[in-house]
Amino acid sequence: MTRAPLSLPQVRGFLKTERTDRWWIAPLLVLAGFGAFIIYSTWAAFQGNNFFIGGVEQPGVQQLLSPFYSPVIWDPRGVHSGHAWLGELPLWWPAWLIFSPALLILPFPGGFRFTCYYYRGAYYKAFWGDPASCAVGEPALRGTNYRGEEKFPLIFQNVHRYFLYVAIIFIGLLAWDGYQSLWHYNAAGQTEFGFSVGSIVLIANPILLGAYTFGCHCWRHLIGGKHDCLSCSKSRQSAYKQVSWLNQRHMLFAWISLFGVAFTDIYVRLCANGTLTDWRIL
Amino acid sequence: MTTPTSPSQNASRTVHFRVWRGNREGGAFANYPVTVSEGMVVLDCVHQIQATQAPDLACRWNCKAGKCGSCSAEINGTPRLMCMTRMDTMPPDQSVTIEPMRSFPSIRDLVTDVSWNFRVKTKIKPFKPRKPDNADGSWTMMQVDVDRVQEFRKCIECFLCQDVCHVLRDHHKHDEFIGPRFLMYTAALEMHPLDTEDRLKDLKDNDGIGYCNITKCCTKVCPEHIGITDNAIIPMKERVVDEFYDPITRLFRMFKPRN
Repeated sequence: MTRAPLSLPQVRGFLKTERTDRWWIAPLLVLAGFGAFIIYSTWAAFQGNNFFIGGVEQPGVQQLLSPFYSPVIWDPRGVHSGHAWLGELPLWWPAWLIFSPALLILPFPGGFRFTCYYYRGAYYKAFWGDPASCAVGEPALRGTNYRGEEKFPLIFQNVHRYFLYVAIIFIGLLAWDGYQSLWHYNAAGQTEFGFSVGSIVLIANPILLGAYTFGCHCWRHLIGGKHDCLSCSKSRQSAYKQVSWLNQRHMLFAWISLFGVAFTDIYVRLCANGTLTDWRIL
Repeated sequence: MTTPTSPSQNASRTVHFRVWRGNREGGAFANYPVTVSEGMVVLDCVHQIQATQAPDLACRWNCKAGKCGSCSAEINGTPRLMCMTRMDTMPPDQSVTIEPMRSFPSIRDLVTDVSWNFRVKTKIKPFKPRKPDNADGSWTMMQVDVDRVQEFRKCIECFLCQDVCHVLRDHHKHDEFIGPRFLMYTAALEMHPLDTEDRLKDLKDNDGIGYCNITKCCTKVCPEHIGITDNAIIPMKERVVDEFYDPITRLFRMFKPRN
């Protein structure tokens, strides 16, 4: 496979190109959008407060839980969200080790996005300049030492399907939170049906996340793409067709769901700190 | 990437072309004014330059209909077919730059040596069908099973995808990476419902599928609008993961041998 004994054209310097269109807009938007999300989600995850409203202590208020904090394994000490699986933070948790319920669970959806085929292509361009855009020069330092996803460390991107399995479980958990948002406690401590703006937000969130997650390239492979014979199973053929439809819109749902999940956290946070009131429709 | 100009701008006008002139030792841009009228494509302009100003300008072309894949070049920095690039999509107030493909060695002017591609193709294990399904030696296939493969067969081998791929273009990994065109060619064989050959080890060890970092540039420049990344390369990456990286699928395979 050796190439002809002729020299290739000189590689262009970093960001050099003959392109005359505004090629830098797309990577810049990715840098701004993804960067803003990373900064906000990191800040929100470390807060450890204002991540829910409703519950027995807030009668008449729909139960809303931020998706950054769901599922709640342990509540921070002194907080009773009503969502914690194992109650308050145990006493054996070292005092020096910072705790927030979000820090225990966010690595999983974060890992799913980080290893997602769409995001990989997008952030390699926007954050790595690898390349900054198509037919645009790269930093000279890589040269022929380029490793891509062939070797360490990016070979670990192949773990994507395991993050997918967890992400699917999370879709179920967030759908449950959406269902929970349809209920509130009355003054007698009994649950009653209700519907608020927050219910719409918490129900829309897992739908958008589902549209992103079930359009995943890896899911498309597992659901049928790995077989050469799609027609051998009608259900496989149908599932592959539906997932392919979502997969063609994977970028769209990746961004909508990313901002959707951030918006949901912002909404719950603003309701929890008293800036907003979750308006009850029913 | 650019919007068509208004009808009034389609009347004859003079456009300045910057055309790469050179050979394997090097070269430089030469400027040529061209009178452009309605309906012209970039290849028409190159032919006009040849006819009126530079009869020695080398350019490869054939069908002038976007089907032979001969007239690949870089127009304003973007790999495109010259015959399918209409002049009314060019910015009206700017010069037009034409260069040869940068991932392949230059022969002269706009002509490059793409023979590396043909040598790569010979290394890929050929189609190996199963035994015929019918007594007359024929096979039976469902259309849905060959739909995926037929998309890849639209390829005209213009090698624009190879040209834009930064693994070849910037990193010169020609000895370790076969490029999007041949990853797609391999996918067409691997996904074929009749094929029995296994090319996954080659994809991982010899063809460098791991070098692809999913920039989707190949998909963006494909004149046949083939979903190279989504429909060919990523499915092959996933099959390689199945085969070599995923411990669970490897465990399953111990109990369920491949057919």
